[in-house]
Amino acid sequence: MTEPTFLSEYLLPGGWILLQCLLVLVPVLVSLAFLLYMDRKVWAAVQLRRGPNVVGPFGLLQSFADFGKFVLKEIVIPAGADKVVFLLAPFIAFVLAVIAWAAIPFADGWVVADLNVGILYILAMSSLGVLGVILGGWASNSKYPFLGGLRSAAQMVSYEVSIGFILISVLLTVGSLNLSDVVRAQDGKLWIFSWYWFWHLPMFVLFFISALAETNRPPFDLPEAESELVAGYQVEYSSTPYLLFMIGEYMNIVLMCAMTSILFLGGWLSPIPGLPDGLFWMVIKIVLVFFMFAMVKAIVPRYRYDQLMRLGWKVFLPFSLAWVVFTAAVMKLGGIDPWTATEAGKAALAARSGS
Amino acid sequence: MATATKFRMDKAIRYFLLLDFIKGFSLGMKYFFKPKATLNYPFEKGPLSPRFRGEHALRRYANGEERCIACKLCEAVCPAQAITIEAAVRDDGSRRTTRYDIDMTKCIYCGFCQEACPVDAIVEGPNFEFATETREELFYNKDKLLENGERWEREIARNLELDAPYR
Repeated sequence: MTEPTFLSEYLLPGGWILLQCLLVLVPVLVSLAFLLYMDRKVWAAVQLRRGPNVVGPFGLLQSFADFGKFVLKEIVIPAGADKVVFLLAPFIAFVLAVIAWAAIPFADGWVVADLNVGILYILAMSSLGVLGVILGGWASNSKYPFLGGLRSAAQMVSYEVSIGFILISVLLTVGSLNLSDVVRAQDGKLWIFSWYWFWHLPMFVLFFISALAETNRPPFDLPEAESELVAGYQVEYSSTPYLLFMIGEYMNIVLMCAMTSILFLGGWLSPIPGLPDGLFWMVIKIVLVFFMFAMVKAIVPRYRYDQLMRLGWKVFLPFSLAWVVFTAAVMKLGGIDPWTATEAGKAALAARSGS
Repeated sequence: MATATKFRMDKAIRYFLLLDFIKGFSLGMKYFFKPKATLNYPFEKGPLSPRFRGEHALRRYANGEERCIACKLCEAVCPAQAITIEAAVRDDGSRRTTRYDIDMTKCIYCGFCQEACPVDAIVEGPNFEFATETREELFYNKDKLLENGERWEREIARNLELDAPYR
């Protein structure tokens, strides 16, 4: 055992953490560019349009061209705006969207921070995300951003509640707040039917819809309704601050896709018996869920504000609450493990409850 | 009463099973694989009628003589007053324009100048891609219009021939 030095105590672990962060961040950002492209292509295809097809082969580099455009444009700050808050808001939105990725397991053990309260952490980060929207809307000192910010705050807070209850029913089944444990618990002998989309089917649908509302995606894009509020809280933003808002928003969307695949679609588990588990399946599942996000954008008309609120408070909340009670009752009577768990899984479960 | 209850039941079932969403999704997927309605524009262009009224051009006869005889009928008929003509007698005694300007920012592409012209000198060709970076570039003078005539002569002659039976 050598003497602990500054190098071995701080520099090397710090560097390792930094490297891990980059290993997550860079692929996520690059794949985000292609998911953005996919979003536009799917939207275009349903409307019988071609979508971006000029920059690069099949327009694949469109997002990078857009990135360059945004960065090179002039930053316009409105005369009446609160300058500091105005510039701070996009950073808050972006940073909060990025740091939530730390707790997402991409494969068994492939996670930057294997938090034992991972779900709580992600819930907290996505709740804080509304802060950037409110600050941006308020600091612009203009009526449309302000209205957009208000709408967004109300909407995100409303759907956070039902998302919370949906998570609780999943957590009751798993018995852990660790996201890796959530996936491991879904590894059962019924293959894809031991995943929670089957056991929590209504919650799977509810979570998907709440995720749409939570990330301000159509049909719940009232905060940035292009046709009425122009672009909501983003009206006064241009150039890089706008880019940060947009990337943050899409990071949140992809995060919700990742959450859906972890909580309900078995994360990195292979859907086909015999094939190895791993990162590949996680990516496939995220892309599939994102495809659904894009399709919903293309086919569902925008909700009216009172309909949105009614759906959130009068349908989703009671429904998810009832499901929590139902799940609790089922868990009390022995849970779903007798049907799904393999021998190894049962042993792991026993070890967990023993400790 | 029975029908009303049934109606409500139907509505509730549609609502909770997301039937409308599933229907919309399958319709969306149907359209997803349909051939695209839009053209790949800069590389692919739609068909144009021979009567298409695009950018103006001044034509010449086959021997190189300008057609325009400075009758100023186009200037008189132009509803937007976009055309300005000055005329003079040339050395060989024929009446010709010394100046023929079209302000393309005023022009409404009605085609009256083309209709009014007795010698088919001013025509609106098939070109519609003449956007410029400055406003000044859209103030066309005689040189520019004659140059257009040379560049588009083949298309213009063909269009006039195709449209001739209906004139």
